[in-house]
Amino acid sequence: MSKKSIGSKVLTVFSILLGLIWLAPLVWLVGTALTETTFKMSFLPTTGFTFDNIKYVWNAVPFGQYYLNTIILVVVTFAIQFFTSTLAAYSLAFMDYKGKSLVFVVIFMQIIIPNDVLITPNFMTLAEMGVIDTKLGIMLPFLGSATAIFLLRQHFKTVPRAFGEAARIDGANLWQTIWRVYMPCAKPAYMSFAVISVSYHWNNYLWPLIVTKSPENRTLTVGLAIFAKSKEANMQWSNVCAATFIIILPLLLAFFIMQKQFMNSFVSAGVKE
Amino acid sequence: MKPSSIAIHRHRKEVLSGWALLLPALIIMLVFTVYPVFRSLYLSLTKYKMGMTAPEFIGFDNFVRLWKSSTFWKVMGNTVYFALLTVIPSMVLGLCLAMLVNRTGKHIGFIRSAFFYPSIMPMIAIAATWLFIYMARNGLFDQLLQSMGFEPMDVLSHKETVLPAMAVMYVWRESGYLMVFFLSGLQAINQDVLEAASIDGATGWKTFRYITLPLLAPTTLFISTIAFTNCFKLADQVIIMTEGAPNNASTLLLYYIYQQGFTNMNYGVSSALTVIMLALLMLVSMPRFFSQDRKIHYT
Repeated sequence: MSKKSIGSKVLTVFSILLGLIWLAPLVWLVGTALTETTFKMSFLPTTGFTFDNIKYVWNAVPFGQYYLNTIILVVVTFAIQFFTSTLAAYSLAFMDYKGKSLVFVVIFMQIIIPNDVLITPNFMTLAEMGVIDTKLGIMLPFLGSATAIFLLRQHFKTVPRAFGEAARIDGANLWQTIWRVYMPCAKPAYMSFAVISVSYHWNNYLWPLIVTKSPENRTLTVGLAIFAKSKEANMQWSNVCAATFIIILPLLLAFFIMQKQFMNSFVSAGVKE
Repeated sequence: MKPSSIAIHRHRKEVLSGWALLLPALIIMLVFTVYPVFRSLYLSLTKYKMGMTAPEFIGFDNFVRLWKSSTFWKVMGNTVYFALLTVIPSMVLGLCLAMLVNRTGKHIGFIRSAFFYPSIMPMIAIAATWLFIYMARNGLFDQLLQSMGFEPMDVLSHKETVLPAMAVMYVWRESGYLMVFFLSGLQAINQDVLEAASIDGATGWKTFRYITLPLLAPTTLFISTIAFTNCFKLADQVIIMTEGAPNNASTLLLYYIYQQGFTNMNYGVSSALTVIMLALLMLVSMPRFFSQDRKIHYT
């Protein structure tokens, strides 16, 4: 056996071990969530399998409502971003007019300054618009996405101009051209942005925390934080783990099924200047 | 119509529809990105607290007061310290992980996922879990210490250990995220160059030091911007783990902005802190503008 293949075996074993270390918190989390409560915390479960923790938490906290809220938020946000970014990206990619460079300045501003840090002034704007404690209020700042515009524009530009011109000559109007020619060509970009947008809004916490006040509008992350800090949860690691398990399950499942798509998505949004 | 006027007419139409298509996204970006930046700049120069109907102009008083406040300097110190504790280690680790998984093989997909999955978990869920890992005495970390014959540390309750403890959690999450960026940088390196080096007799370390690393420089610069920005824009873990305790030892800048704006309802001071945050973000984004090779990255 050559020296190289032994080396590569060692590397594989080493990286698997390291990967297991990385997985340890998740293993503990899932193990604790799905086994009977113990008095002493242990890394690997020592008691029997049960859904009791999940059931208890599901009934103690309105997670059904929070799930619905989060799904609505994530889907509607992406749908609107899809629409606004497609139009803006098309305009920036192909149309010729003055003032474009100013628009790029705005786009760069959003890339450098994420909305996450503008909580104070944006909350005031929402208050003046009267949309505090609404789902619309949580979504609004994200409905014009610089990342999406940049990503789509980049993809649109790789489509040969002749495709679009041919469609126009055949009598397609602007909408039909975008819908039939450019959107299908940019499918990978849309997929990437869908992954990024959905994971961001599923996981976002501080902004929904600030904007929402009533259970009718709270997201899963806000609900989890309230539960984790409540008196019932104090020292009850099996319940907190169960609640955490409930909110991370859909995304984690999607990730482990489509890991390649997920990882590539995050990289492709790294903006090309 | 003469041909030239048809052309002008066409052009006008394009200008109009060009702006029309931009409008929906542009309005949102103007209202929620551009306007709040200028609003913060203005409000940072005013006194504006709960109960006041309108902000009152006071010049640089907020900044002067912050300059003299020991809490402010503590928060800035924490923010910089936390950034140093997290950004450089997660970049180094991210690069190491990327080199480790930059191969093909049966298990490689699984291994990459194992490193990356924390990135798609909400920080709030991670913090809720690690809270128990770090819990005093009964927590997994203290149990491990005790089983090895050490005293339990109760890391989240001590000012020396609270930020390093959070940093370990953060690095565990972030290095897998940065790994995928390094990985794409590594894969963009021309294999011929590496082959030529090995024919010339370059060994592993030398190849890495004199070829891989320099070729990776633009990627690294770009990743540093992402890493710093990510680090500054996150305060979820502080809210769930410590709320700044003990004695503001774990208060980070964004958490301080949140506290001043939404607990103390002091919008003037919160805006002044926001302006400082904006300055920090611009500073760490400099590589984007001054990097020589503007065409770096990623297909």
